[in-house]
Amino acid sequence: MEFFLISLLNGVTYGLLLFMLSSGLTLIFSMMGVLNFAHASFYMLGAYFAYQISTYLGFGAALLVAPLVVGALGAVVERYGLRKAHRFGHVAELLFTFGLAFLVEEIVHLVWGKSSVDYKIPEYFDGTLFTLFSTSFPIYKGFMMLVSVGMLVALYLLLTRTRIGLIIQAALSKPDMVQALGHDVPKIFMLVFGGGTALAGLAGVIGGNAFITEPGMAAAVGSIVFVVVVVGGMGSLAGAFVASLLIGCIQTFSVGITFSVTDLAALFGVRLEDSSAVARLTVTQLAPVLPYLLMVAILIFRPRGLMGARES
Amino acid sequence: MTHRIRSTVAVGALLLAGSAFAQVKIAYIDPLSGPFANVGEAGLKGFREIADTINAKGGANGQKIEFVPFDNKGSPQESLINFKAVTDQGIRFITQGNGSGVAHALVDAVNKWNARNPDKTVLYLNYAAVDPTLTNDKCSFWHFRFDANSDMKMEAITNFMEKDKSIKKVFIIGQDYAHGHQVAKAAKAMLAKKRPDVQIVGEDLHPIGRTKDFAPYIAKIKAAGADTVITGNWGNDLSLLIKAAKDAGLKAKFHTYYAGGLGTPAAMGPAGEGLVLQLTEWHMNVQPNKAEAFATAFNKKYPGVEFYYLRVNTMMLMLAEAMNKAKSTDPKQVALTLEDMRFEADNGEVWMRKSDHQMIQPLYISIFSKVDGKAVKHEVEHTGHGFKTLASITARDSQLPTTCIMERP
Repeated sequence: MEFFLISLLNGVTYGLLLFMLSSGLTLIFSMMGVLNFAHASFYMLGAYFAYQISTYLGFGAALLVAPLVVGALGAVVERYGLRKAHRFGHVAELLFTFGLAFLVEEIVHLVWGKSSVDYKIPEYFDGTLFTLFSTSFPIYKGFMMLVSVGMLVALYLLLTRTRIGLIIQAALSKPDMVQALGHDVPKIFMLVFGGGTALAGLAGVIGGNAFITEPGMAAAVGSIVFVVVVVGGMGSLAGAFVASLLIGCIQTFSVGITFSVTDLAALFGVRLEDSSAVARLTVTQLAPVLPYLLMVAILIFRPRGLMGARES
Repeated sequence: MTHRIRSTVAVGALLLAGSAFAQVKIAYIDPLSGPFANVGEAGLKGFREIADTINAKGGANGQKIEFVPFDNKGSPQESLINFKAVTDQGIRFITQGNGSGVAHALVDAVNKWNARNPDKTVLYLNYAAVDPTLTNDKCSFWHFRFDANSDMKMEAITNFMEKDKSIKKVFIIGQDYAHGHQVAKAAKAMLAKKRPDVQIVGEDLHPIGRTKDFAPYIAKIKAAGADTVITGNWGNDLSLLIKAAKDAGLKAKFHTYYAGGLGTPAAMGPAGEGLVLQLTEWHMNVQPNKAEAFATAFNKKYPGVEFYYLRVNTMMLMLAEAMNKAKSTDPKQVALTLEDMRFEADNGEVWMRKSDHQMIQPLYISIFSKVDGKAVKHEVEHTGHGFKTLASITARDSQLPTTCIMERP
């Protein structure tokens, strides 16, 4: 029971962080049709900016300022980079973001070095929020959950209760129609791109010190956010939310399961030889692969994702 | 234009004047980017510092020692590309430590290169890759290891655990590559012999350098009811593991190889007190501590990094002595002098065993404790805590037999 509840909490915390990262990506992907390979790079920039700002002004300021800076940067990239590439079609856009990811990584190398930086959890968050049975739950994880849920609510209100949200929603499923109705779609694109990258930046601010701030952090989460978008379904924030939590929980729970192919065969009365390394692989060892397995399965059996609004 | 040529000539002349000494170049092949960059950078600083000390005293066989860093990104493939560059540049000595996978690739490459180029041989000095096979089945005349191998370390740790009757349930966690597998294998085999009453309640391998959130593993360790955890993890894989244990309030003892530095003490803070142990050839509070002055000066010079690798000093001092004795910097001559060498290092007398090129040195088991001014004089990483010696293992006692049948040139 203790293991189950703690794993659930860990899974949800991780899932919420994933959602913060992928919500921006899924908005950009579905509105503009751009698979933004550099999305995780904005996550990394968020962490590095927060580290830099927190050394001068403290963590509180970093939490507010770093996502805004990242968002502004994202908007500039869209306005002066992506929009130019857009004229030459989707392949050009894809290549542009692909190159951008490498560019950001090299810039981080040059500015902050190739090693990790000392971006720490502030002291006032260093402690135990509550103790469940005998396992303590750190304050910072609670804070991460709070920020994620707060962001989720704000995003929901923005998309369903405001005029701009209405247009964004319309553009998610029928971008051409929205343009035909006379809305300034390029400007909306810029806003969405800036907003999406700001969310990635925010995830970086709170993920960077919870884990580790290093130049490889973008590549480490880069592929998993695509899994979230694909599994959740195009254009569906709710889908991205469900997929994030699902993947977060799959990753945490699978670590706890020591069940191997040998055990499975034993259930059916088949005794496998001990020598085969594959037969001895446990679910724990497979944990890092499972999200990708899920993505492949979804693409085969339900190409539009769990809650996808459209096929392409 | 003429002005520029003149200044170029002047600079060139200066450079020539600077290298009036011939130089012994040593290639440092280790991760300088990626998840283990901090470990690679700390190692390089250690090497450069001791090289400066040796150079200030006249160098090795009258020549200055210079380190040439190569970033292998922690990968065996990259290391082989690095090795190609090393031989292209005519560098005759290489050193590496982080990752036994890399070590295996390099030993193979060095063996092949030396067989084909007997006049341009390369010597491989291993300061930290601890897979036992490197000095057993896969031993090579061109490879010298200055760190106790994984089995020697586990032997010392399990000897210590044998006496601790409070240990009932043990969990083994490690990185999923040669080293992690070896640690788990040795721990199980040795515990079964020394403490058959101890139950192994779990065994996990996680991807190396890619796990950032160890909370699920800690939940599993806790659910298994382990009172002791054995891990061979290093770098961020250890810091993050211990940090997650701290966050979840896990009160198990951690028997580690590498908890003494590179961010781990800072990550655990006071929560690690009395719970985290390490096995090393030296730590800042050993008695007598002959490296105290060197370590203090090092820590002052490089804020953010603490002196950790005493064996790096031992290795470089032995290398310099071997070059002086052989009156040569030829790798083969140096290797022949280095094998069977006995040397008075800062942690006592050490011996480079001739049969397998495994260095035999004293080892210490120490525990993370509050600074008390007596047994724990020095803190690590500004935690107010340092390491306290619980057991000393003499060089003689740390030995294990080898299966090495060495082919000599």
